[in-house]
Amino acid sequence: MFTPLTVALGVAALALAAWCGFAAYRDQPTKDWHFIGMAVVTVLALVQLVVGVVALAGGQEADEGTLVFVSYLLGCAAAIPAVAFLSLAERTRWGSATVAAGAFVLAVLQVRLHDVWSGTGA
Amino acid sequence: MPERTRRDAAPAGRPAWARESDAARPRAGIGTGPGRLLVTLYAIFTIGATSRSAYQIATRFDEAPLPYLLSALAAAVYAGITVALVRGGEAARRTALAGCVTELVGVLAVGTWSVLDPVAFPDTTVWSTYGMGYLFIPLVLPVVGLLWLRRAEPAAD
Repeated sequence: MFTPLTVALGVAALALAAWCGFAAYRDQPTKDWHFIGMAVVTVLALVQLVVGVVALAGGQEADEGTLVFVSYLLGCAAAIPAVAFLSLAERTRWGSATVAAGAFVLAVLQVRLHDVWSGTGA
Repeated sequence: MPERTRRDAAPAGRPAWARESDAARPRAGIGTGPGRLLVTLYAIFTIGATSRSAYQIATRFDEAPLPYLLSALAAAVYAGITVALVRGGEAARRTALAGCVTELVGVLAVGTWSVLDPVAFPDTTVWSTYGMGYLFIPLVLPVVGLLWLRRAEPAAD
């Protein structure tokens, strides 16, 4: 259950990064459709947070410990809302670039989250 | 071109103080435009390095004291630059410049050190191998920061 969700969120985050990166390349600020995209990715991240906490409550254990795992889950859930607010304040191409950067970081966090959960990494 | 027209028109249509604040605007603007992206990246690295080093120092400091302390140092530098960029103004710009120089020296020094003396680094830091674990962003970020802060330097006139 957890791994498919991580993959889905990683792919969605990369797509959002590419989309907003393209807007920045075309010298455009974030528009309504971008915010809908950010909302979709954020909802996925919130689902992941709930699924992760439920898994912990159900007795499963994260490989690198509960504290690290929950911290990563919270960071993933907060990433897109944070850059979304920044892009509301920055109505230029740089607002789009900021969202692209945040979405890319979220995709990287998914890779780390996978390691933290199942211990395939360091 | 439109910029130039606006400036030329200013003396006739606007009082002197308005032109004054126009000239001062780039100083306050180090956290907007491209600066906004820079603030975001520095904030992310501040959170990342701070939580990472705090966790490592709290739970297993004895395993690799040097890397963990260097991570904490990196976190402090990132935090300083982030705050300076958000605050804006000439004093903050100078603080951010000093921070970026420290950061560049840090990533080059720690990067070289970690390559020459891997034994001293049982665990990695943000700056190990020139920030390879972080896609070399720790190496690129201070250079971009320095270029941006130089460009935002107040005009000589």
